[in-house]
Amino acid sequence: MSKPKVAFYWCASCGGCEEAVVDLAEDVLAVVDAVDIAFWPVALDFKVSDVEALADGELAASFVNGAIRTSEQREMAELLRRKSAVVVAFGACAWLGGIPGLANLSSSESILELVYGGSPSTPDGDGVRPHEESDVPEGRLRLPHFDETVRTLDQVIDVDYYLPGCPPPVDLIRSAVAALVEGRLPEKGTVLAPDVALCAECPRAQTKPADLKVTEFRRPHEVVADPETCLLAQGLVCLGPATRSGCGAPCIAANMPCTGCMGPTSRVIDFGAKALSAIASLVAPKEEASVAEVLDRLVDPVGTFYRYSLPASLLHRRVERETAGSRGGGEG
Amino acid sequence: MSEPAREGAFEPRIVAFFCNWCTYTAADLAGISRMQYAPNVRVIRLMCSGRLDPQFVLAAFREGADGVLIGGCHPGDCHYQEGNVNALRRVELLRRMLGDLGIEEGRLRLEWISAAEGDKVQRVCNEMTEQVRALGPLRLAPGPVPVLQTEGREAR
Repeated sequence: MSKPKVAFYWCASCGGCEEAVVDLAEDVLAVVDAVDIAFWPVALDFKVSDVEALADGELAASFVNGAIRTSEQREMAELLRRKSAVVVAFGACAWLGGIPGLANLSSSESILELVYGGSPSTPDGDGVRPHEESDVPEGRLRLPHFDETVRTLDQVIDVDYYLPGCPPPVDLIRSAVAALVEGRLPEKGTVLAPDVALCAECPRAQTKPADLKVTEFRRPHEVVADPETCLLAQGLVCLGPATRSGCGAPCIAANMPCTGCMGPTSRVIDFGAKALSAIASLVAPKEEASVAEVLDRLVDPVGTFYRYSLPASLLHRRVERETAGSRGGGEG
Repeated sequence: MSEPAREGAFEPRIVAFFCNWCTYTAADLAGISRMQYAPNVRVIRLMCSGRLDPQFVLAAFREGADGVLIGGCHPGDCHYQEGNVNALRRVELLRRMLGDLGIEEGRLRLEWISAAEGDKVQRVCNEMTEQVRALGPLRLAPGPVPVLQTEGREAR
């Protein structure tokens, strides 16, 4: 009997998810024992044509990490969807958009403008920008199209399961692969992680005051946090109350507040809004002016609450103020 | 410019979340007193402004609202003691975040309106309608509306 075939692929991501697979350490041998890896560009020399040569649905599963920003990523996601029985969105970027999703605060034009023109490390120069097609003596070169918006994997293809985290914790990867091999897969659409908030498994939960109120928010570099006490109680913006557990709280163990990479629990639609709600209601003062004073210390609310989930949010991206003539199609 | 669709004039759509005990009652009073005000405001009754989940505001914008108005009891008058204070805290932070997401301050408004202030409902609804009319339609980037992952399943 032949072993089930699986594929790993990356889109708009940093490589940390691939690293997480390597972090399986010797357990990766058990994975290789149980499945045939048919495609894994970061580690093995298979080509896209090898995937194209497979029958539709021949791959038992594809693990796709990273958000979707370019036409190439879209095409690869669609190809792997066609060839796979199961597609797993692997990691925060594939599930919610992740860090690359913060690019949705800017237009694609302003990003290209900065990268190829205005950034301090770009020498003043010819203002040359990459073209999707350029003719050279050897023929025509093509680059992928750079989309206006970063999207989550399930905004592009149908996704069966989600592995949360930045990157997904090794334990969750291990149990997901085991479930797949043993055919014990849960209902489609399930996030393969516990469905309670991080505070439930936080080692500092006992020190969280019953009526927690914050009079001054602090940033991690401004304070030497007590290593035993609830970080929220120390004024650090810890997103534990709004974030899914299952990571084992490594950030808390390192005395750093949770930034929400595990995403929301299943009862939440918009992670950022819910995280904002959790943090705002901790503000101690009750009058408008003094509430504002406390909130002034919360710099960059979007980057704090939507750090991993802007493309998956209800708004998806920053609203571009229209200038005369820029209207037209694209009515939502 | 081809906008807006109907009869050339933009009519703002405003979703209002009014608390049961004060502002909703005030809106009732305005109605009984035959006070006329802009028909652009669609009222949703909450038991308390403290029930306002910031997700409601974003969902309203996603579904086509150009502005969101929240009405609660005056500070100190909350039927549940401090629900309105929580509304204040959340709306203040939400307004800051929405600003960074390109949604103007005037599209989100929190007002304390007691059950006796039917005239304030009238004034606030009229003011906000004109304010949002001046801002123009809110045009969000198109995209799917996220749904609960538990849709069709028992949430637990």
